[in-house]
Amino acid sequence: MKVLVCIKSVPAVAGRITLTPDARAIDTKHLGFAIGPHEECAVEEAVRLIEAHGGEAVVLTLGPSTALEQLRDALALGVARAIHLVTDGQEWDPESTTAAIVEAIRADEAASGPFDLVLVGNEAGDSADYQVGVRIGRALGRPVVTAIKGLSVADGRARCEQEASGGRDVFELPLPAVVGVLEGINLPRFPSVPGRLRAKSKPVEASEPARPAQRLELQRLVVPQGAAKQAVVLGHGPDAAPAVVEVLSNLGVL
Amino acid sequence: MPTILVLATTADGAVDDISLQALTFGRRLATGGPVHALVVAGEPGAEGTPAEATAAGFGAYGAAQVHLARHPAFETFAPDAVAAVLADLAGRVAADAVVGPGTEAGNTVLARAAARDGQPFAANCIAATLGSPAQVTRQRWGGTLQEEAALHGDRAYVSVAPHAVAAEALDGSSAAVDAFTPDIADADLVVRVVDRVAAAASGISLAEAKVVVSGGRGVGSTDGFKPIEELASLLGAAVGCSRAVTISGWRSHVDQVGQTGTKIAPNLYIAAGISGATQHMAGAKGAKKILAINKDAEAPIMSAADYAVIGDLHQIVPAISAEIRRARGA
Ligand SMILES: Cc1cc2nc3c(=O)[nH]c(=O)nc-3n(C[C@H](O)[C@H](O)[C@H](O)COP(=O)(O)OP(=O)(O)OC[C@H]3O[C@@H](n4cnc5c(N)ncnc54)[C@H](O)[C@@H]3O)c2cc1C
Repeated sequence: MKVLVCIKSVPAVAGRITLTPDARAIDTKHLGFAIGPHEECAVEEAVRLIEAHGGEAVVLTLGPSTALEQLRDALALGVARAIHLVTDGQEWDPESTTAAIVEAIRADEAASGPFDLVLVGNEAGDSADYQVGVRIGRALGRPVVTAIKGLSVADGRARCEQEASGGRDVFELPLPAVVGVLEGINLPRFPSVPGRLRAKSKPVEASEPARPAQRLELQRLVVPQGAAKQAVVLGHGPDAAPAVVEVLSNLGVL
Repeated sequence: MPTILVLATTADGAVDDISLQALTFGRRLATGGPVHALVVAGEPGAEGTPAEATAAGFGAYGAAQVHLARHPAFETFAPDAVAAVLADLAGRVAADAVVGPGTEAGNTVLARAAARDGQPFAANCIAATLGSPAQVTRQRWGGTLQEEAALHGDRAYVSVAPHAVAAEALDGSSAAVDAFTPDIADADLVVRVVDRVAAAASGISLAEAKVVVSGGRGVGSTDGFKPIEELASLLGAAVGCSRAVTISGWRSHVDQVGQTGTKIAPNLYIAAGISGATQHMAGAKGAKKILAINKDAEAPIMSAADYAVIGDLHQIVPAISAEIRRARGA
């Protein structure tokens, strides 16, 4: 089978978020980048599907030139080749992101056959727009499911599981289909050293799509002012235990 | 004055609070204009399907007209079918905005309806004003960052971040319920729930626990969680963890607290060996009190926690358990 996995490179923010002077982006001068958690699991899922059924996994990202590193990470895990839609670093809204991805999918399918599955992260780690997968499916006329935590493929159908109260809801889709994956669907492997070496020589097809007018137009980012607290130190080391228990008792949780 | 259509979802046939929040949000957006709500339901009396009275219940929150779409297909979740009815109704009532709950189900239905309608969609908003363009403020990074954006379209599709507004009933308000049977195309029933597998009941649910005890990278291993589990069981607490733990394979992802894990709202959250990354804390915002146990007195979690113990969790956690036993005279 042929599986496409769409990933987004996101800044690995940990502590407080700082913005660029124009407040349109996170200041990444001192930050690394990573594949978003949902997409990391989507990559693992794509690799497992190919291991089980044979075929080819392809990874795609729309992002700046630095996102090549995240494509290489996916290639190191067993994805065969990459498609990089290179941006100048400005964000693309969900509709223009979808349009660029759909065009790339059509071009790839014309050259090397249809994808049975397109996997996306359920929502991007940074912008969390909750719609690119749905829009890709709509544009290609393929069924889409979101929030998926279990996936298996047999006889041209995908069985997709979604967490629900008291159990899991099951969808069964005819292929080709689009699936939005949630972190927790699997435990992603770490790349091996030979995997990393092989990734360096795997093909990456780069192109620079034009960024259309934005209909969800980012104007400004704001870091909400949380109530800045300073923890009361109850003590150091195990000797603090009685003070902790007193607090637990006062909070009524003992 | 604008016309607003609100997608109201139900949980096991009953009104759900997140939809009442969306309705409250939609009503404010309407600034006195007409507010419609769409409720989908299966055949009357079918298990878990909302009754007419449930639909009418949305009236108290400001929906003047509740459209109750009844169809056997709605006895299980069929997101494209709901989206088809929603987008169609938006056209029929000439809605200026379509609003819904920022849940997985709400977001997927709104995204599908917006795509059908050829309109932009802004997920997880905390504020909005209509106009051309409409303006929204929406959550990113699990709410640790906000985006102000313009929405350029003919109709604004907006989902409301959970708990961005409190549900507020409107005195003396009630709705006319218009029950109808929509035509649903087969193509819109390809994506639908065909089966439900029951999960094995497992302890206290993280999302609902009154006390949560979590461990992070500082715990060091799968076995390192034994003292954390022991403290949790003494407190009747659920065990949680950070993403550093789940990606190391020490615990299953169901235990992960955070942006891409579970959002918790306990009375007390004990976080041991967790640095307090924004994505972790995005899941712990609902905690009333936080106790951090960390060897680093400067860890970011110190400015989110109420109490802290500084030092090695491997010594501190068992000492707390021992002290609880002693206090209980066991
Ligand atoms: C898009 C995105 C989404 C994410 N979603 C989530 C999420 O849902 N949940 C989540 O948790 N993370 C999430 N992360 C990851 C997050 O950024 C952090 O990497 C992660 O939370 C760190 O986990 P940690 O605090 O356990 O580890 P670290 O940051 O490594 O911190 C370990 C802490 O333990 C302390 N420590 C070490 N040894 C001891 C000891 N013996 N005794 C006491 N203290 C000790 C250290 O001082 C340190 O503070 C996400 C990241 C991204 C990019």
